[in-house]
Amino acid sequence: MAIKDYIRERFFPHIWCPGCGHGTVMNSLLRAIDSLGMSKNEIVMVSGIGCSSRISGYVDFHTLHTLHGRALAFATGVKLSRPELNLIVPMGDGDALAIGGNHFIHAARRNIDLTAVVMNNRIYGMTGGQYSPLSGYGTLATTAPYTNIDYSFDTVKLAMAAGATFVARSTTYHVQQLTKILKQAILHEGFSVVEVLTQCPTYFGRKNREGNAVDMMESFKKNTTPIGSKAKVENPDLIERGIFIQKELPEYCSEYEKIIKRAMTKFET
Amino acid sequence: MKKDNIKFIQGNEACVEGALYAGLDFFAGYPITPSTEIAELLSYRLPQRGGKFIQMEDEIASMSAIIGASLTGSKVMTATSGPGFSLMQEALGYAIMAEIPCVIVNVQRGGPSTGIPTHVSQGDVYQARWGTHGDHAIVTITASNHQDVFETTVHAFNISETYRTPVILLYDEVVGHMRERLIVPKKGELPLVKRLRTSVKEGVDYHPYLPREDGRLPMSDFGGVHRYNVTGLFHDMWGFPSDNPKIVHGLLRHLVDKILNNVNHITRYKEYYLTDAEIVLISYGSSARSANHVVFSRRPRGERLGLLELQTLWPFPYDLVREKCSKAKYIVVVEMNMGQIMQEVRRAVDHPEKVFLANRIDGVFITPTDIRNILRLIQGKGV
Repeated sequence: MAIKDYIRERFFPHIWCPGCGHGTVMNSLLRAIDSLGMSKNEIVMVSGIGCSSRISGYVDFHTLHTLHGRALAFATGVKLSRPELNLIVPMGDGDALAIGGNHFIHAARRNIDLTAVVMNNRIYGMTGGQYSPLSGYGTLATTAPYTNIDYSFDTVKLAMAAGATFVARSTTYHVQQLTKILKQAILHEGFSVVEVLTQCPTYFGRKNREGNAVDMMESFKKNTTPIGSKAKVENPDLIERGIFIQKELPEYCSEYEKIIKRAMTKFET
Repeated sequence: MKKDNIKFIQGNEACVEGALYAGLDFFAGYPITPSTEIAELLSYRLPQRGGKFIQMEDEIASMSAIIGASLTGSKVMTATSGPGFSLMQEALGYAIMAEIPCVIVNVQRGGPSTGIPTHVSQGDVYQARWGTHGDHAIVTITASNHQDVFETTVHAFNISETYRTPVILLYDEVVGHMRERLIVPKKGELPLVKRLRTSVKEGVDYHPYLPREDGRLPMSDFGGVHRYNVTGLFHDMWGFPSDNPKIVHGLLRHLVDKILNNVNHITRYKEYYLTDAEIVLISYGSSARSANHVVFSRRPRGERLGLLELQTLWPFPYDLVREKCSKAKYIVVVEMNMGQIMQEVRRAVDHPEKVFLANRIDGVFITPTDIRNILRLIQGKGV
């Protein structure tokens, strides 16, 4: 199918600013889904609140636009109730890791088969540019007018420590890689996390003098490197891209099916 | 003869029996006193019939998970108490806005805050009504004994599925933990409602949020042939966010009217000796047991006492209360809070100055003696 066939044109134009990276992530996500040949009826997209979370309204799946931070909890209910459905959960950095941080680590711990896409633009865009848990020390935001003294999470390390069985990172510059990673993440049976570095030229870029969207995307090219590259050894400040972990572990819903079998056997005797 | 359908159990267990009878498919919860037995029992019972139980990381997640599960067509429930109920308020509002059928049990304990977890209170009556932000209508139901806990639980599911609304079952610690007999009705004895599903065929434009003339919204399950958007924002007939004043106005009216236009169907109550009562006691939940005892012990002495036991607290049955109290000399509301239902009774009746409160707010169950003492005071007989 054409990418257009996955979009609800009725609801366009979208709300994203010119130069925003979220459209690129959406495009990449739809290409990944298209390449998997899944029926649109099998896909449920659950999102929270924020610029990134509006993605769910624009795509032609079963879409659930929920509360700030709670997307993974809603998605857990959908998935456990109907395990045959494929759940994709796009979230912003504040949505996923500030207000939704608890749900994030617990969904990872359960290894429930959800695909969490953390669209990391290091800022709260919808409310006008406040610092997020991924803004980082020394950045500027409307709520950090002098400087931000909060250290940031490393999404990848956090997800791995919490038990996610597929963890990857890419950027809006590296769309080919991003599409491949998203495809694998969706196919992965278990909790998968894909962090996507995405640009917010309107707020993060402007506040931190990072230039326009093109400049910001070029910085993704410059400041990242494939996992285990020689460049990383020479320059430890580079951010690694690629799949950090991909392992098999019994998935939550299939484990629950075993519980049902046990309970039914016990009940009969 | 083995009588499997007669049980000697806790109120929390009666609630579980009622929920299973109603066809509960999915439960998400978090441990909290005094409601925990509901989660414990359902973790055992639900998978025996292919249902799903999950213990979430908190009550916010529990409420969120049941909403997600309901969208796939499951009958869903969660259970909690005061602090957990506070955490659920935002998602409760979501279920109202997105019109998701779900049942929330609050086995009340004393508050505010952590309060008095193992003791009884009825302090969450107004929280059930106005706990979540914004204008809205809500259904809240309670009961005073286990047979009624069972039946009101079934009723809660029926109302929830009929009107696509969250329903709060507002029990209290005494009802939850007290043990008494329950006779489980036979299959088919109580009516069960399944939500209305759309008859719109695949490929035809389905409007998930376009109410029929009777205000009802035929649903399509997630995973089915109709793909649509669900949001907590004000939304148009496709479920897409909108700030069009006409749409905002129309949706809020719809959300409130679908409940308020059906007060008669939603309202459940019981009455004892009301026809000639000079003193009308109004009570609900466990405190109605003591009120009931007072009425039945004083009637033989010729005291014209009657009891109106409310089971539906919200929408408050103003007309019913006005009618039942029209001939009363005194109206005494018996409850274990600072007078939350008393306020509503005063708003309902023609002579609010006749409305008195018989209450306890110390975590101790209100006894018939407590009520009798207050009645003597009201009648000017001294203690």
